[in-house]
Amino acid sequence: MGGEASKAISKEELWGGGQSPFSVSYGKMMMWYFLVSDALTFGGLLTAYGFVRASSEDAWPIGEQVFRALPGLDGQYPLIYVALMTFILIVSSVTMVLAVESGHRNDKSGVIRWMGLTIIGGFFFLGSQAWEWSHFIHGSGGSFLLAENVSVTSDDGQAFNLTKGDAVYMDQHFGHLAEPWLEGSPNISLVDSDHGVKLVEIGEHSHEAELHALTLNKYIENESHVSGDEAMKLWNARSSTFSFGANMHDNEYGIQQSYANFFFFITGFHGFHVFSGVVINIIIFIMAIQGVFERRRHYEMVEKVGLYWHFVDLVWVFVFTFFYLV
Amino acid sequence: MERDDLIVNDSYSLNAHHSEEDGVKIRKNIWKVTVILTLLTTVEVFMGVFFKRSETFTWSMIKWTFIVLTIVKAAYIVLVFMHLGDERSNLKKVVLAPYMLFIGYLLFIAITEGFGHLMSFNNFH
Repeated sequence: MGGEASKAISKEELWGGGQSPFSVSYGKMMMWYFLVSDALTFGGLLTAYGFVRASSEDAWPIGEQVFRALPGLDGQYPLIYVALMTFILIVSSVTMVLAVESGHRNDKSGVIRWMGLTIIGGFFFLGSQAWEWSHFIHGSGGSFLLAENVSVTSDDGQAFNLTKGDAVYMDQHFGHLAEPWLEGSPNISLVDSDHGVKLVEIGEHSHEAELHALTLNKYIENESHVSGDEAMKLWNARSSTFSFGANMHDNEYGIQQSYANFFFFITGFHGFHVFSGVVINIIIFIMAIQGVFERRRHYEMVEKVGLYWHFVDLVWVFVFTFFYLV
Repeated sequence: MERDDLIVNDSYSLNAHHSEEDGVKIRKNIWKVTVILTLLTTVEVFMGVFFKRSETFTWSMIKWTFIVLTIVKAAYIVLVFMHLGDERSNLKKVVLAPYMLFIGYLLFIAITEGFGHLMSFNNFH
């Protein structure tokens, strides 16, 4: 690499006018300037997140406990899905840089092949993000707040003195029926069972869910399960405030609504960048197929959209660290 | 189309063209960076999953490790994938200098304003 950019040229010649002192074309330089400013926008968002989180008096939800589901599987896989998304984006960044490299050799079929794979990677990432949003919005069981102070012992013997307004989390199956039950669905009723209570749905999709166990501190430190009679104590102390998943004014993950709002805004703003990147990549892909760059005898457009695409990967590296890991 | 990126000898700036042999070397480097980025991400995920946040000292070390690894990853992406490492040094400075300022500003503001929430709002009237 390097080429002319690394060539030693005297200052007088470089800045004497009539040529680009940066040895880059206008378009490429403007792409860099755009990326510099766009990175400041993301920097501002992540900084705001950091300040709001640091000034929060309640425990802040932590990534490995909020993001631990995989599509179609029941168990818990902390951060695996997000790691997979990161990997998809890194790989699509690699295919992009290979497209740029092919362009430097004027290898049209190489550019088309690697650009195509980059676009597929972009769609994979967008699809993964759609699933993640859907999961975040629907939640994993929901929570209710206590109407009075309760003392319970968890399954592993820890004593909890909970106060009015503390959150208690339901499991996925029970929460799934609890949401329509609370909305007044006539097909669902709460009945006593051998071990406590259960929700029974009659009609077309008849099934039932028992209140097996409730969870304390599900998304923060010291997650604990409470079952049997102890769970019933919590259930009987419930208030009418339930939360299922997340939206713009309510979320089950934390007391702080700003947690959900930052999730939507930061990952949404990044996802929008990915979406625009895929659209731009498709345009350049079609131009490459039509032979526009072959006639121009250089593939610099691939390099420019490549810069944008790598930037999207770069931002994700920071979002991954500061939103999911730290 | 007239070009505005020509330098002294009228050849194209980044020398956008390279030979097959150079291509082999460049691709080898790309795959090397891919492996590094993947390994670093894997290490981050394992650290995030296995270390408990309740151990305050360990966790703060982990956080710093995350930040250092992130900067290492970012440097590889910017310098190799985005080819900033191959650009003229004045362009490098134009792109990177704002962030040096930004980081300095952030540290300053975090240290001076970071405890603002502990003050009562009424103090500001």
